[in-house]
Amino acid sequence: MSKLFGEQLAIVNLGLSSFADAARTQGAAVIHPEWQPPAAGDRDTGLALARLFKDPRVEAANRQAYAAYLASQPVWVGMGRAKEVVPGMGAQMILHSGPPIAWDEMCGPVQGAIIGAILFEGWADSPQAARALAASGQVAFEPCQHHHAVGPMGGIISPSMPVFVVRDSEHGHLTFSNMNEGLGKVLRFGAYSDDVLERLAWMRDELAPVLAGAIEALGGVELKPLMAQALHMGDEVHNRNAAATGLLLKKLVPAILRLDIDAGLKARAIEFVSANDHFFLNLSMAACKAMLLAAEGVPGSSMVTGMGRNGVRFGIRLSGTGDTWFTAPAPVVHGLFFSGFGPDDAAPDLGDSVITETAGVGGFAMAASPAIVRFVGGSASDALAHSLAMREITLGQNPAFTLPSLDFASSAAGIDARKVVDTGIMPVINTGIAHKEAGVGQVGAGITHAPAECFHQALRALAQTLAD
Amino acid sequence: MSLHLAILRNQYRDSVALMQLSAALAKLEGIRQASAVMATPANLALLERAGLINDAPEAAPNDLLIALEGDEAAFAGALDAARQALEAKGGDGDGGPQRLPANSLTMALERQPDSNLALISVPGQYASAEAEKALRAGLNVMLFSDNVSGEDERRLKELATELGRIVMGPDCGTAIIHGVPLAFANVCRPGRIGCVGASGTGLQQVTVLVDRLGEGVSQAIGTGGHDLAEAIGGLSMLAGIRALGEDDATEVIVLVSKPPAEAVARKVLDAAIATGKPVVVNFLGADPARLPQHPHLHYASTLQSAAQMAVAMARGAAVTDCAPVFDAETARGARGLLAPEQRTLRGLYSGGTFCYEATLMLGGALPGLRSNTPTKAVPAPDDVWQVGGHCLIDLGDDEFTRGRPHPMIDHRLRNERFVAAAADPSVAVILFDIVLGYGAHEDPLAAMRDTLLEVRAMAREAGRALHLVATVCGTDADPQGYARQCEGFAELGVMLTASNAEAVALARAIVADL
Repeated sequence: MSKLFGEQLAIVNLGLSSFADAARTQGAAVIHPEWQPPAAGDRDTGLALARLFKDPRVEAANRQAYAAYLASQPVWVGMGRAKEVVPGMGAQMILHSGPPIAWDEMCGPVQGAIIGAILFEGWADSPQAARALAASGQVAFEPCQHHHAVGPMGGIISPSMPVFVVRDSEHGHLTFSNMNEGLGKVLRFGAYSDDVLERLAWMRDELAPVLAGAIEALGGVELKPLMAQALHMGDEVHNRNAAATGLLLKKLVPAILRLDIDAGLKARAIEFVSANDHFFLNLSMAACKAMLLAAEGVPGSSMVTGMGRNGVRFGIRLSGTGDTWFTAPAPVVHGLFFSGFGPDDAAPDLGDSVITETAGVGGFAMAASPAIVRFVGGSASDALAHSLAMREITLGQNPAFTLPSLDFASSAAGIDARKVVDTGIMPVINTGIAHKEAGVGQVGAGITHAPAECFHQALRALAQTLAD
Repeated sequence: MSLHLAILRNQYRDSVALMQLSAALAKLEGIRQASAVMATPANLALLERAGLINDAPEAAPNDLLIALEGDEAAFAGALDAARQALEAKGGDGDGGPQRLPANSLTMALERQPDSNLALISVPGQYASAEAEKALRAGLNVMLFSDNVSGEDERRLKELATELGRIVMGPDCGTAIIHGVPLAFANVCRPGRIGCVGASGTGLQQVTVLVDRLGEGVSQAIGTGGHDLAEAIGGLSMLAGIRALGEDDATEVIVLVSKPPAEAVARKVLDAAIATGKPVVVNFLGADPARLPQHPHLHYASTLQSAAQMAVAMARGAAVTDCAPVFDAETARGARGLLAPEQRTLRGLYSGGTFCYEATLMLGGALPGLRSNTPTKAVPAPDDVWQVGGHCLIDLGDDEFTRGRPHPMIDHRLRNERFVAAAADPSVAVILFDIVLGYGAHEDPLAAMRDTLLEVRAMAREAGRALHLVATVCGTDADPQGYARQCEGFAELGVMLTASNAEAVALARAIVADL
């Protein structure tokens, strides 16, 4: 019988616990999970999961996708204008965060940011005219992630905006992100007042060229080691980027100081980056996008290669299902609010910054960031628990990102949609909370989870692609 | 001594971790000196000074260098060790939160990667998905759950065949694998008799009798009751037969089932013959004369006889199919005590196969017999809740278990039926089963004692001698203890026999031709 049942019986007992006790008493190794119907009891999704479970085609595809993700080496190689560097960027196009969405469906902060971008581009001369233009259908709205770009919150990128250019030196592809403007009244939260637009113009005209010069002098900045170091210094490189921004400054400042430009330009650039603890966030996001882009497009793979929210819907993409988004209503974020604000002020979950969780940092690396845990309303042990729990739903752990408080364990990475559906454990997301009205800004921060429904749809679609 | 240098691009590690790694590598056999460092200019200078490199390599400060000095043969092993250490998943943090408890097959397999059997008793609508997942993960499946469609059963069993695995079930209540009783099963000593059965209590009866006859069970494989239907084609029984054929410990094979469709029977018996081992077959109620004959095939007419023949076969003794024996003296005595109106038999079973075996044996003997495990000769009662005359009832039937525990676990419903039978002046004999083992009630004697006392008191007050005839299906190693249970039931006046077939024979002798 050794052929059929092995030398020693090792049982997984699903259901009645008395069966487990009996078999254990009689000497068998038994594990008795507290079984719950997978996919929240949705039978069709459960059957799709069964078809894909340990499917050798999926396993091989995931190995390929995950290896490409691990091998990716994102390097910040320079700055560029969106219309010149972002592939497919149209002359009258505005990119936004998350899955596709039409103008009249968009949430307040995204509409506000688009009005700001139209004013910034000079396509209209008043907010009213900008709103009318946006509603007219003459401006194309597309997700950043359709253009290898990512942007936090509204994620608005218009043609003349400066973008970070990140190159994956392993695979050669480029990814992009807009520049972080700081906190408060900023475009990404939907503000479009004159001071916001003036800051954007300054970033385009002064800051971006200074940074471009510094990066050229440095020959690029390797982002993965910098992120890894920041994880050892209390960042999780999504909601906390203080250490990473500091590390970046250590590289930038000497290079900026050596540039042959006006001293005032240098000072203003250094002051701006120094004053914004979130400056690194957008680079972190572009780096994460680069790692995930490497894993895209492997037929049969159940690895999640994209997540994003547009303030109305949360969407995910799998490596094995191409460009399709699987969406569900964006969840409300539970967290702490700045004084004077409460849950009623909050917009639903918004932004592409969840690309960090998709790449195994952010909420997945929360154990690295005790400082952020209180901010998002938890204890230090909650942070460890979140990072541990994410191991249950990932293809592996990324040795490039280690977590000191978990004894330098590697961070869980490479979300496997099958594992999410079977365990019901949803990817944990550390995120800021935007005010639901345009231009008010960030009103809090907290923790949320990707909606289960996205993974159910994705798994059913993946099963379809593999059906005979 | 030679040198080796490995460059791991863009693998930042802090210096403390790298010092630990360097120390660990230097301790490896054949390594004289080892250094793991980030390729900063300062570190490169250190390596050169230590004689670990001759020229500065093409490396950036974000690259991790592993420089080794020692026997060339040891380098590959050292680099493997280094990679392992760098990729180590790490601990869960001291005093930190524990790993989540498993809630799914995915998590269970992570925690017990050598799992080889899934025992599934989740609600039917989810059971086939769990079974499919387990099969795809390389596990065998015992599917206790019922309400799995025939289509799903067929699909699962075809998948199992393709993957070289077995699905026991759906609706499989009994198995013993490597001596471990699964679901409803008895603790039998290990031995050389292997069983495959489509009937749960049928398997229990054969295995406990093998045990009590002093032999042991290699494996008892359940298939679920629908396996031998034409639509399923006996795929699980075929897999079970193959497995027992390949199993060195199994010397004799026993097959238990209701008679399969002819085509299925032929396939199953061909597979049995192909094992080259002697096979005892109990197709309950089938006429052996109409089944294929072969020197390796031995047909048994009862479950007890199947066990006896298998034991004889294992011991090299003469093998004959024997009718169940009973003590004629006892039967005559009991018959003599009956009042003139006491003429009927009431069977109150918890095991479906026991009830079916009784129905087969009593079919021609008791006029007007009804049974809710009907045969061609014995129709079902019009209403299982209101019965009269000679009647056999399986209280484990769906009709009784919907929304209620099985009578092997919860004796209350059957106890009520005992009282009802005792109140019926026509009843002469109550025939029943007492099933021990895992899954069954922890103490059937305690669960039935008050009822049996009450039943006897009722009969005594009515001036009747009501005979209780039963068999205990169990072994001494069962948690309830066969001897202890038998002693207790005997004290309560129950006439006990070694097997169900013998109990039926005794009851028949008491009431036949009254």
